[in-house]
Amino acid sequence: MAAVDDLKFQEFDDAANLLAANPDATTISIDEPVEISKNQHGRLQEPRREEDDELLGTDDSDKTELLAGQKKSAPFWTFEYYQMFFDVDTYQVLDRIKGSVFPVPGKNFVRLYIRSNPDLYGPFWICATLVFTIAVSGNLSNFFIHLGKPTYHYVPQFRKVSIAATAIYAYAWLVPLALWGFLMWRNSKVMNIVSYSFLEIVCVYGYSLFVYIPTAILWIIPQKVVRWVLMIFSLCLSGSVLVMTFWPAVRDDNRRIALATVGTVVLLHALLAVGCLAYFFDAPELDFPAPIIPAHNGTTVMTKSL
Amino acid sequence: MAAAEGSADGGPLFAGLADVSISGDIPVEGEITVPVGSRSPDEDYSTLDEPVKDTIMRDLKAVGKKFVHVMYPKKSSALLRDWDLWGPLVLCVSLALMLQGGSADSKDDGGPQFAEVFVIIWFGAVVITLNSKLLGGTISFFQSLCVLGYCIMPLTVAMLVCRLVLLAGSGTISFIIRLIVVVAMFGWSTLASTAFLADSQPPNRKGLVVYPIFLFYFVISWMILTFTPQ
Repeated sequence: MAAVDDLKFQEFDDAANLLAANPDATTISIDEPVEISKNQHGRLQEPRREEDDELLGTDDSDKTELLAGQKKSAPFWTFEYYQMFFDVDTYQVLDRIKGSVFPVPGKNFVRLYIRSNPDLYGPFWICATLVFTIAVSGNLSNFFIHLGKPTYHYVPQFRKVSIAATAIYAYAWLVPLALWGFLMWRNSKVMNIVSYSFLEIVCVYGYSLFVYIPTAILWIIPQKVVRWVLMIFSLCLSGSVLVMTFWPAVRDDNRRIALATVGTVVLLHALLAVGCLAYFFDAPELDFPAPIIPAHNGTTVMTKSL
Repeated sequence: MAAAEGSADGGPLFAGLADVSISGDIPVEGEITVPVGSRSPDEDYSTLDEPVKDTIMRDLKAVGKKFVHVMYPKKSSALLRDWDLWGPLVLCVSLALMLQGGSADSKDDGGPQFAEVFVIIWFGAVVITLNSKLLGGTISFFQSLCVLGYCIMPLTVAMLVCRLVLLAGSGTISFIIRLIVVVAMFGWSTLASTAFLADSQPPNRKGLVVYPIFLFYFVISWMILTFTPQ
Protein backbone atom coordinates (compact mmCIF):
# COMPACT_ATOMS: atom_id res chain seq x y z
CA MET A 1 0.00 0.00 0.00
CA ALA A 2 2.66 2.44 0.98
CA ALA A 3 4.62 1.51 -2.10
CA VAL A 4 1.61 2.22 -4.33
CA ASP A 5 1.17 5.56 -2.65
CA ASP A 6 4.80 6.32 -3.15
CA LEU A 7 4.53 5.53 -6.80
CA LYS A 8 1.59 7.86 -7.28
CA PHE A 9 2.36 10.90 -9.39
CA GLN A 10 3.02 14.00 -7.32
CA GLU A 11 1.85 17.35 -8.50
CA PHE A 12 4.58 19.91 -8.42
CA ASP A 13 3.50 22.87 -6.40
CA ASP A 14 3.86 26.40 -7.46
CA ALA A 15 7.35 27.72 -7.01
CA ALA A 16 6.08 30.27 -4.50
CA ASN A 17 4.48 27.58 -2.37
CA LEU A 18 7.61 25.50 -2.45
CA LEU A 19 9.67 28.50 -1.46
CA ALA A 20 7.29 29.38 1.34
CA ALA A 21 7.70 25.88 2.65
CA ASN A 22 11.46 26.01 2.49
CA PRO A 23 12.63 29.62 2.44
CA ASP A 24 16.32 28.84 2.61
CA ALA A 25 16.40 26.82 -0.53
CA THR A 26 18.78 27.98 -3.19
CA THR A 27 16.92 28.99 -6.25
CA ILE A 28 17.88 30.44 -9.57
CA SER A 29 15.81 33.22 -11.03
CA ILE A 30 15.90 33.08 -14.79
CA ASP A 31 15.32 36.73 -15.61
CA GLU A 32 18.31 38.23 -13.90
CA PRO A 33 21.67 37.75 -15.59
CA VAL A 34 23.53 39.47 -12.80
CA GLU A 35 23.59 36.62 -10.37
CA ILE A 36 24.18 34.10 -13.11
CA SER A 37 27.43 35.79 -13.99
CA LYS A 38 28.27 36.02 -10.34
CA ASN A 39 27.63 32.30 -9.96
CA GLN A 40 30.00 31.69 -12.77
CA HIS A 41 32.68 33.54 -10.90
CA GLY A 42 32.42 30.78 -8.33
CA ARG A 43 32.09 32.74 -5.13
CA LEU A 44 30.58 30.69 -2.32
CA GLN A 45 28.45 32.43 0.26
CA GLU A 46 27.71 35.86 -1.19
CA PRO A 47 25.77 34.98 -4.33
CA ARG A 48 23.23 32.94 -2.43
CA ARG A 49 22.36 35.82 -0.14
CA GLU A 50 22.11 38.23 -3.01
CA GLU A 51 19.83 35.86 -4.83
CA ASP A 52 17.57 35.71 -1.80
CA ASP A 53 17.57 39.48 -1.68
CA GLU A 54 16.54 39.63 -5.30
CA LEU A 55 13.77 37.13 -4.76
CA LEU A 56 12.53 38.97 -1.72
CA GLY A 57 12.29 42.07 -3.85
CA THR A 58 14.52 44.30 -1.79
CA ASP A 59 16.82 44.92 -4.69
CA ASP A 60 16.33 48.05 -6.70
CA SER A 61 16.10 46.47 -10.12
CA ASP A 62 13.47 44.06 -8.95
CA LYS A 63 11.36 46.87 -7.62
CA THR A 64 11.65 48.84 -10.80
CA GLU A 65 10.61 45.79 -12.77
CA LEU A 66 7.56 45.39 -10.59
CA LEU A 67 6.76 49.05 -10.99
CA ALA A 68 7.31 48.78 -14.71
CA GLY A 69 4.75 46.03 -14.77
CA GLN A 70 2.29 48.28 -13.00
CA LYS A 71 3.04 51.19 -15.31
CA LYS A 72 1.94 49.58 -18.52
CA SER A 73 -1.74 49.79 -17.92
CA ALA A 74 -2.90 52.55 -20.26
CA PRO A 75 -4.45 51.35 -23.51
CA PHE A 76 -2.35 52.01 -26.55
CA TRP A 77 -4.68 54.52 -28.15
CA THR A 78 -4.39 57.03 -25.33
CA PHE A 79 -1.77 59.70 -25.02
CA GLU A 80 -0.69 58.45 -21.59
CA TYR A 81 0.53 55.21 -23.10
CA TYR A 82 3.15 57.04 -25.10
CA GLN A 83 4.05 59.28 -22.21
CA MET A 84 5.40 56.20 -20.46
CA PHE A 85 8.20 56.06 -23.00
CA PHE A 86 9.33 59.59 -22.30
CA ASP A 87 9.64 59.19 -18.57
CA VAL A 88 13.26 60.26 -18.33
CA ASP A 89 14.99 63.25 -16.82
CA THR A 90 17.81 65.23 -18.33
CA TYR A 91 20.49 63.64 -16.20
CA GLN A 92 19.26 60.15 -17.10
CA VAL A 93 19.54 60.83 -20.81
CA LEU A 94 23.01 62.29 -20.30
CA ASP A 95 24.02 59.24 -18.27
CA ARG A 96 22.86 56.91 -20.98
CA ILE A 97 24.73 58.85 -23.63
CA LYS A 98 27.86 58.74 -21.49
CA GLY A 99 27.44 55.01 -21.06
CA SER A 100 27.28 54.50 -24.78
CA VAL A 101 30.37 56.57 -25.51
CA PHE A 102 32.51 55.06 -22.73
CA PRO A 103 31.47 51.42 -22.64
CA VAL A 104 32.59 49.60 -19.54
CA PRO A 105 33.87 46.18 -20.53
CA GLY A 106 31.74 43.46 -19.06
CA LYS A 107 28.83 45.66 -18.13
CA ASN A 108 25.64 45.35 -20.08
CA PHE A 109 24.31 48.70 -21.31
CA VAL A 110 20.71 47.65 -20.99
CA ARG A 111 20.97 46.34 -17.46
CA LEU A 112 23.17 49.11 -16.25
CA TYR A 113 21.49 52.16 -17.67
CA ILE A 114 18.11 51.31 -18.99
CA ARG A 115 16.85 49.06 -16.19
CA SER A 116 13.40 48.47 -17.61
CA ASN A 117 12.79 52.12 -18.32
CA PRO A 118 13.41 52.29 -22.04
CA ASP A 119 12.79 55.69 -23.51
CA LEU A 120 12.11 56.80 -27.02
CA TYR A 121 13.47 60.32 -26.54
CA GLY A 122 17.11 59.28 -26.91
CA PRO A 123 16.83 57.17 -30.05
CA PHE A 124 14.56 59.63 -31.86
CA TRP A 125 16.54 62.79 -31.22
CA ILE A 126 19.95 61.18 -31.59
CA CYS A 127 18.88 59.91 -35.01
CA ALA A 128 17.54 63.34 -35.95
CA THR A 129 20.76 65.03 -34.84
CA LEU A 130 22.83 62.46 -36.72
CA VAL A 131 20.85 63.03 -39.93
CA PHE A 132 21.40 66.76 -39.86
CA THR A 133 25.00 66.50 -38.69
CA ILE A 134 25.91 64.19 -41.55
CA ALA A 135 24.16 66.37 -44.10
CA VAL A 136 25.73 69.59 -42.81
CA SER A 137 29.21 68.11 -42.38
CA GLY A 138 29.10 66.49 -45.81
CA ASN A 139 28.13 69.79 -47.33
CA LEU A 140 30.86 71.67 -45.45
CA SER A 141 33.58 69.16 -46.29
CA ASN A 142 32.70 69.24 -49.98
CA PHE A 143 32.76 73.00 -49.87
CA PHE A 144 36.24 73.10 -48.39
CA ILE A 145 37.60 70.45 -50.69
CA HIS A 146 36.48 72.24 -53.80
CA LEU A 147 37.15 75.70 -52.43
CA GLY A 148 39.84 76.93 -54.75
CA LYS A 149 38.51 75.57 -57.97
CA PRO A 150 36.90 78.08 -60.30
CA THR A 151 34.76 75.52 -62.06
CA TYR A 152 32.97 74.42 -58.89
CA HIS A 153 29.64 76.03 -58.10
CA TYR A 154 28.49 75.44 -54.56
CA VAL A 155 25.08 73.88 -54.18
CA PRO A 156 23.53 73.06 -50.81
CA GLN A 157 22.38 69.61 -51.98
CA PHE A 158 19.29 69.52 -49.90
CA ARG A 159 18.14 66.19 -51.36
CA LYS A 160 20.78 64.44 -49.34
CA VAL A 161 19.00 65.27 -46.11
CA SER A 162 15.99 63.19 -47.13
CA ILE A 163 18.20 60.30 -48.13
CA ALA A 164 20.18 60.48 -44.91
CA ALA A 165 16.98 60.61 -42.86
CA THR A 166 15.52 57.57 -44.59
CA ALA A 167 18.69 55.54 -44.22
CA ILE A 168 19.34 56.32 -40.58
CA TYR A 169 15.78 55.99 -39.35
CA ALA A 170 15.35 52.75 -41.27
CA TYR A 171 18.51 51.41 -39.68
CA ALA A 172 17.54 52.50 -36.18
CA TRP A 173 14.04 50.98 -36.33
CA LEU A 174 14.01 48.11 -38.83
CA VAL A 175 17.21 46.41 -37.72
CA PRO A 176 16.05 46.28 -34.06
CA LEU A 177 12.74 44.88 -35.28
CA ALA A 178 14.47 42.14 -37.24
CA LEU A 179 16.84 41.41 -34.38
CA TRP A 180 14.01 41.27 -31.86
CA GLY A 181 12.05 38.90 -34.08
CA PHE A 182 15.10 36.71 -34.49
CA LEU A 183 15.77 36.62 -30.75
CA MET A 184 12.14 35.77 -30.02
CA TRP A 185 12.34 32.91 -32.49
CA ARG A 186 15.51 31.55 -30.94
CA ASN A 187 13.98 31.97 -27.50
CA SER A 188 11.21 29.65 -28.44
CA LYS A 189 13.74 26.99 -29.41
CA VAL A 190 16.46 27.47 -26.83
CA MET A 191 15.78 28.65 -23.32
CA ASN A 192 17.77 31.83 -23.15
CA ILE A 193 18.65 33.48 -19.91
CA VAL A 194 18.48 36.98 -21.17
CA SER A 195 15.79 38.42 -23.36
CA TYR A 196 15.14 41.98 -24.34
CA SER A 197 11.96 43.75 -25.20
CA PHE A 198 11.67 45.52 -28.52
CA LEU A 199 11.95 48.96 -26.94
CA GLU A 200 15.12 48.06 -25.11
CA ILE A 201 16.73 46.98 -28.36
CA VAL A 202 15.64 50.21 -30.05
CA CYS A 203 17.09 52.09 -27.10
CA VAL A 204 20.47 50.38 -27.36
CA TYR A 205 20.68 50.99 -31.07
CA GLY A 206 19.66 54.60 -30.72
CA TYR A 207 22.17 55.43 -28.02
CA SER A 208 24.93 53.51 -29.75
CA LEU A 209 24.56 55.81 -32.75
CA PHE A 210 25.50 58.80 -30.63
CA VAL A 211 29.24 58.35 -31.08
CA TYR A 212 28.82 58.91 -34.82
CA ILE A 213 27.79 62.52 -34.24
CA PRO A 214 31.23 63.86 -33.22
CA THR A 215 32.75 61.49 -35.77
CA ALA A 216 30.68 63.05 -38.53
CA ILE A 217 31.78 66.51 -37.43
CA LEU A 218 35.42 65.46 -37.46
CA TRP A 219 35.00 63.93 -40.90
CA ILE A 220 35.14 67.47 -42.28
CA ILE A 221 38.91 67.12 -42.09
CA PRO A 222 39.83 66.28 -45.69
CA GLN A 223 42.40 63.58 -45.04
CA LYS A 224 41.62 60.03 -46.02
CA VAL A 225 43.74 58.43 -43.31
CA VAL A 226 42.19 60.58 -40.58
CA ARG A 227 38.69 59.72 -41.76
CA TRP A 228 39.31 56.01 -41.78
CA VAL A 229 40.99 56.06 -38.36
CA LEU A 230 38.03 57.98 -36.96
CA MET A 231 35.60 55.57 -38.49
CA ILE A 232 37.33 52.49 -37.11
CA PHE A 233 37.57 54.08 -33.69
CA SER A 234 33.89 54.99 -33.53
CA LEU A 235 32.91 51.62 -34.96
CA CYS A 236 34.83 49.91 -32.17
CA LEU A 237 33.16 52.01 -29.50
CA SER A 238 29.58 51.67 -30.65
CA GLY A 239 30.08 48.12 -31.86
CA SER A 240 31.35 47.10 -28.45
CA VAL A 241 28.21 48.48 -26.83
CA LEU A 242 26.09 46.39 -29.17
CA VAL A 243 28.21 43.27 -28.80
CA MET A 244 28.23 43.43 -25.03
CA THR A 245 24.49 43.85 -25.03
CA PHE A 246 23.63 41.02 -27.38
CA TRP A 247 26.29 38.46 -26.57
CA PRO A 248 24.58 37.34 -23.33
CA ALA A 249 21.36 36.93 -25.24
CA VAL A 250 22.71 34.46 -27.75
CA ARG A 251 25.53 32.94 -25.75
CA ASP A 252 23.64 29.82 -24.81
CA ASP A 253 22.53 29.12 -28.29
CA ASN A 254 24.25 27.07 -30.92
CA ARG A 255 27.79 28.39 -31.22
CA ARG A 256 27.63 29.16 -34.88
CA ILE A 257 24.28 30.90 -34.69
CA ALA A 258 25.49 33.04 -31.81
CA LEU A 259 28.59 34.10 -33.67
CA ALA A 260 26.62 34.71 -36.85
CA THR A 261 24.13 36.92 -35.03
CA VAL A 262 26.73 39.07 -33.36
CA GLY A 263 28.72 39.22 -36.55
CA THR A 264 25.69 40.41 -38.51
CA VAL A 265 25.01 43.12 -35.95
CA VAL A 266 28.55 44.45 -36.23
CA LEU A 267 28.56 44.11 -40.01
CA LEU A 268 25.37 46.15 -40.44
CA HIS A 269 26.75 48.80 -38.13
CA ALA A 270 29.94 48.99 -40.16
CA LEU A 271 27.96 49.16 -43.41
CA LEU A 272 26.05 52.16 -42.12
CA ALA A 273 29.25 54.00 -41.24
CA VAL A 274 31.01 53.18 -44.49
CA GLY A 275 27.94 54.04 -46.52
CA CYS A 276 27.59 57.43 -44.87
CA LEU A 277 31.24 58.22 -45.38
CA ALA A 278 31.22 57.19 -49.02
CA TYR A 279 27.98 58.88 -50.02
CA PHE A 280 28.03 62.16 -48.18
CA PHE A 281 31.71 62.99 -48.13
CA ASP A 282 33.64 63.37 -51.35
CA ALA A 283 37.05 61.81 -51.57
CA PRO A 284 39.58 64.40 -50.43
CA GLU A 285 42.39 63.94 -52.93
CA LEU A 286 40.42 64.77 -56.01
CA ASP A 287 43.12 67.01 -57.40
CA PHE A 288 42.84 67.33 -61.10
CA PRO A 289 46.13 67.13 -62.96
CA ALA A 290 47.79 70.34 -64.08
CA PRO A 291 45.96 71.95 -66.99
CA ILE A 292 46.93 70.50 -70.32
CA ILE A 293 46.89 73.80 -72.18
CA PRO A 294 50.54 74.88 -71.71
CA ALA A 295 51.74 71.45 -72.84
CA HIS A 296 49.55 71.77 -75.91
CA ASN A 297 51.09 75.12 -76.67
CA GLY A 298 54.51 73.63 -76.12
CA THR A 299 53.89 70.82 -78.55
CA THR A 300 52.40 73.06 -81.19
CA VAL A 301 55.34 75.40 -80.83
CA MET A 302 57.67 72.49 -81.20
CA THR A 303 55.93 71.18 -84.24
CA LYS A 304 55.97 74.63 -85.72
CA SER A 305 59.62 74.96 -85.00
CA LEU A 306 60.17 71.58 -86.53
CA MET B 1 -49.78 79.00 5.65
CA ALA B 2 -49.98 82.32 4.07
CA ALA B 3 -47.60 81.28 1.35
CA ALA B 4 -49.53 78.11 0.70
CA GLU B 5 -52.70 80.11 0.39
CA GLY B 6 -50.99 82.42 -1.98
CA SER B 7 -49.93 79.62 -4.26
CA ALA B 8 -53.29 77.92 -4.02
CA ASP B 9 -54.90 81.11 -5.17
CA GLY B 10 -52.85 81.13 -8.28
CA GLY B 11 -51.46 84.48 -7.31
CA PRO B 12 -47.78 85.29 -7.14
CA LEU B 13 -45.69 82.77 -5.25
CA PHE B 14 -44.18 83.80 -1.97
CA ALA B 15 -46.62 86.64 -1.76
CA GLY B 16 -46.65 86.08 1.94
CA LEU B 17 -43.01 86.97 2.11
CA ALA B 18 -43.83 90.54 1.40
CA ASP B 19 -44.53 90.70 5.05
CA VAL B 20 -40.85 90.05 5.71
CA SER B 21 -39.00 93.28 6.19
CA ILE B 22 -36.01 92.64 3.96
CA SER B 23 -37.34 94.60 1.09
CA GLY B 24 -37.88 97.50 3.37
CA ASP B 25 -34.34 97.66 4.72
CA ILE B 26 -32.18 96.93 1.73
CA PRO B 27 -33.33 98.11 -1.64
CA VAL B 28 -32.96 95.07 -3.78
CA GLU B 29 -33.20 96.50 -7.19
CA GLY B 30 -31.28 96.90 -10.32
CA GLU B 31 -30.32 94.51 -13.07
CA ILE B 32 -28.32 91.38 -12.79
CA THR B 33 -25.64 91.82 -15.37
CA VAL B 34 -23.07 89.43 -16.69
CA PRO B 35 -19.61 90.16 -15.25
CA VAL B 36 -17.19 92.09 -17.43
CA GLY B 37 -15.02 90.11 -19.78
CA SER B 38 -17.21 87.16 -20.52
CA ARG B 39 -18.86 86.88 -23.83
CA SER B 40 -22.55 87.36 -23.87
CA PRO B 41 -24.61 86.57 -26.91
CA ASP B 42 -24.98 90.29 -27.52
CA GLU B 43 -21.28 90.67 -28.29
CA ASP B 44 -21.27 87.94 -30.91
CA TYR B 45 -24.13 89.50 -32.72
CA SER B 46 -22.42 92.85 -32.67
CA THR B 47 -19.23 91.59 -34.31
CA LEU B 48 -21.39 90.40 -37.15
CA ASP B 49 -22.66 93.89 -37.62
CA GLU B 50 -19.41 95.74 -37.42
CA PRO B 51 -17.63 96.85 -40.56
CA VAL B 52 -15.19 94.41 -42.10
CA LYS B 53 -12.35 96.83 -41.55
CA ASP B 54 -12.81 96.53 -37.79
CA THR B 55 -12.67 92.77 -37.88
CA ILE B 56 -9.54 92.70 -39.96
CA MET B 57 -7.87 95.41 -37.94
CA ARG B 58 -8.57 93.56 -34.71
CA ASP B 59 -6.86 90.43 -35.98
CA LEU B 60 -4.02 92.42 -37.47
CA LYS B 61 -3.47 94.21 -34.21
CA ALA B 62 -3.31 90.89 -32.37
CA VAL B 63 -0.76 89.60 -34.84
CA GLY B 64 1.24 92.79 -34.62
CA LYS B 65 1.24 92.69 -30.85
CA LYS B 66 2.68 89.21 -30.95
CA PHE B 67 5.42 90.30 -33.31
CA VAL B 68 6.37 92.98 -30.82
CA HIS B 69 6.40 90.39 -28.06
CA VAL B 70 8.86 88.30 -30.02
CA MET B 71 11.10 91.28 -30.61
CA TYR B 72 11.29 92.01 -26.90
CA PRO B 73 10.87 88.62 -25.32
CA LYS B 74 9.81 89.12 -21.78
CA LYS B 75 7.59 86.73 -19.99
CA SER B 76 4.08 87.65 -20.85
CA SER B 77 1.12 85.39 -21.14
CA ALA B 78 -0.50 87.29 -23.99
CA LEU B 79 1.41 85.35 -26.61
CA LEU B 80 0.42 82.09 -25.04
CA ARG B 81 -3.16 82.80 -24.19
CA ASP B 82 -4.52 84.14 -27.46
CA TRP B 83 -2.79 81.97 -29.94
CA ASP B 84 -3.27 82.38 -33.64
CA LEU B 85 -1.50 80.84 -36.58
CA TRP B 86 -1.69 83.75 -39.03
CA GLY B 87 1.71 85.07 -38.10
CA PRO B 88 3.50 81.73 -38.44
CA LEU B 89 1.81 81.15 -41.79
CA VAL B 90 2.90 84.52 -43.17
CA LEU B 91 6.44 84.04 -41.88
CA CYS B 92 6.72 80.51 -43.21
CA VAL B 93 5.45 81.41 -46.67
CA SER B 94 7.71 84.45 -46.95
CA LEU B 95 10.74 82.48 -45.77
CA ALA B 96 10.02 79.67 -48.22
CA LEU B 97 9.55 82.17 -51.06
CA MET B 98 12.80 83.95 -50.27
CA LEU B 99 14.65 80.63 -50.26
CA GLN B 100 13.62 80.07 -53.85
CA GLY B 101 15.50 81.22 -56.83
CA GLY B 102 18.79 79.80 -55.72
CA SER B 103 20.82 77.42 -57.90
CA ALA B 104 17.75 76.65 -59.91
CA ASP B 105 19.69 75.35 -62.88
CA SER B 106 20.90 72.07 -61.37
CA LYS B 107 18.24 69.42 -61.55
CA ASP B 108 17.94 68.05 -58.08
CA ASP B 109 21.08 69.14 -56.28
CA GLY B 110 19.81 72.50 -55.35
CA GLY B 111 18.44 74.43 -52.51
CA PRO B 112 15.31 73.35 -50.70
CA GLN B 113 12.13 73.49 -52.66
CA PHE B 114 9.16 75.47 -51.40
CA ALA B 115 7.41 72.34 -50.19
CA GLU B 116 10.50 71.14 -48.37
CA VAL B 117 10.82 74.35 -46.38
CA PHE B 118 7.13 74.32 -45.57
CA VAL B 119 7.23 70.69 -44.44
CA ILE B 120 10.35 71.19 -42.36
CA ILE B 121 8.94 74.17 -40.51
CA TRP B 122 5.49 72.77 -39.81
CA PHE B 123 6.48 69.17 -39.30
CA GLY B 124 9.38 70.25 -37.12
CA ALA B 125 7.14 72.46 -35.01
CA VAL B 126 4.60 69.65 -34.59
CA VAL B 127 7.28 67.18 -33.57
CA ILE B 128 8.74 69.58 -31.02
CA THR B 129 5.30 70.23 -29.59
CA LEU B 130 4.57 66.51 -29.32
CA ASN B 131 7.94 66.02 -27.70
CA SER B 132 7.30 68.64 -25.05
CA LYS B 133 3.84 67.30 -24.35
CA LEU B 134 5.10 63.74 -24.05
CA LEU B 135 7.73 64.88 -21.59
CA GLY B 136 5.00 66.20 -19.37
CA GLY B 137 4.60 69.79 -20.48
CA THR B 138 1.48 71.73 -19.61
CA ILE B 139 1.29 73.89 -22.68
CA SER B 140 -1.43 73.23 -25.19
CA PHE B 141 -0.73 72.02 -28.70
CA PHE B 142 -1.63 75.13 -30.65
CA GLN B 143 -0.10 77.50 -28.15
CA SER B 144 3.23 75.81 -28.66
CA LEU B 145 2.86 75.89 -32.45
CA CYS B 146 2.03 79.57 -32.22
CA VAL B 147 5.13 80.40 -30.18
CA LEU B 148 7.48 78.36 -32.36
CA GLY B 149 6.04 79.92 -35.50
CA TYR B 150 6.27 83.48 -34.28
CA CYS B 151 9.86 83.00 -33.15
CA ILE B 152 10.88 82.34 -36.75
CA MET B 153 10.54 86.07 -37.30
CA PRO B 154 14.19 86.96 -36.51
CA LEU B 155 15.32 84.32 -39.00
CA THR B 156 13.03 85.75 -41.67
CA VAL B 157 14.61 89.14 -41.06
CA ALA B 158 18.01 87.46 -41.39
CA MET B 159 16.97 85.95 -44.72
CA LEU B 160 15.92 89.36 -45.96
CA VAL B 161 19.26 90.86 -44.93
CA CYS B 162 21.12 87.97 -46.56
CA ARG B 163 19.37 88.46 -49.86
CA LEU B 164 20.14 92.17 -49.80
CA VAL B 165 23.78 91.51 -48.99
CA LEU B 166 23.98 88.93 -51.77
CA LEU B 167 22.71 91.54 -54.22
CA ALA B 168 25.83 93.53 -53.45
CA GLY B 169 28.23 90.67 -53.97
CA SER B 170 28.99 87.11 -52.94
CA GLY B 171 32.59 87.19 -51.79
CA THR B 172 34.15 86.43 -48.46
CA ILE B 173 33.14 89.70 -46.83
CA SER B 174 29.50 89.18 -47.68
CA PHE B 175 29.77 85.67 -46.30
CA ILE B 176 31.15 86.95 -43.01
CA ILE B 177 28.40 89.53 -42.74
CA ARG B 178 25.78 86.91 -43.48
CA LEU B 179 27.31 84.53 -40.95
CA ILE B 180 27.23 87.13 -38.19
CA VAL B 181 23.67 88.15 -38.95
CA VAL B 182 22.39 84.58 -39.14
CA VAL B 183 24.14 83.52 -35.93
CA ALA B 184 22.77 86.53 -34.07
CA MET B 185 19.22 85.94 -35.29
CA PHE B 186 19.48 82.23 -34.52
CA GLY B 187 20.44 83.04 -30.95
CA TRP B 188 17.60 85.52 -30.69
CA SER B 189 15.02 83.01 -31.98
CA THR B 190 16.16 80.29 -29.64
CA LEU B 191 16.22 82.58 -26.62
CA ALA B 192 12.81 84.04 -27.43
CA SER B 193 11.12 80.68 -27.82
CA THR B 194 12.72 79.17 -24.74
CA ALA B 195 11.70 82.22 -22.74
CA PHE B 196 8.10 81.45 -23.58
CA LEU B 197 8.15 77.69 -23.56
CA ALA B 198 10.53 76.66 -20.84
CA ASP B 199 8.27 77.61 -17.99
CA SER B 200 5.64 75.07 -18.87
CA GLN B 201 8.01 72.15 -18.43
CA PRO B 202 8.84 70.18 -15.32
CA PRO B 203 12.12 71.57 -13.99
CA ASN B 204 14.28 68.48 -14.39
CA ARG B 205 13.46 68.09 -18.06
CA LYS B 206 14.05 71.58 -19.34
CA GLY B 207 17.21 70.56 -21.16
CA LEU B 208 15.38 67.77 -22.94
CA VAL B 209 12.80 70.24 -24.23
CA VAL B 210 15.16 73.05 -25.17
CA TYR B 211 17.49 70.89 -27.26
CA PRO B 212 15.00 70.07 -30.08
CA ILE B 213 14.10 73.76 -30.34
CA PHE B 214 17.80 74.51 -30.73
CA LEU B 215 18.08 71.85 -33.44
CA PHE B 216 15.01 73.20 -35.26
CA TYR B 217 16.28 76.75 -35.49
CA PHE B 218 19.76 75.51 -36.33
CA VAL B 219 18.43 73.67 -39.38
CA ILE B 220 16.51 76.74 -40.54
CA SER B 221 19.58 78.93 -40.02
CA TRP B 222 21.66 76.48 -42.03
CA MET B 223 19.20 76.68 -44.91
CA ILE B 224 19.39 80.47 -44.80
CA LEU B 225 23.17 80.60 -44.58
CA THR B 226 23.82 78.19 -47.43
CA PHE B 227 21.49 79.98 -49.80
CA THR B 228 23.39 80.83 -52.95
CA PRO B 229 21.72 82.89 -55.60
CA GLN B 230 21.70 81.85 -59.20
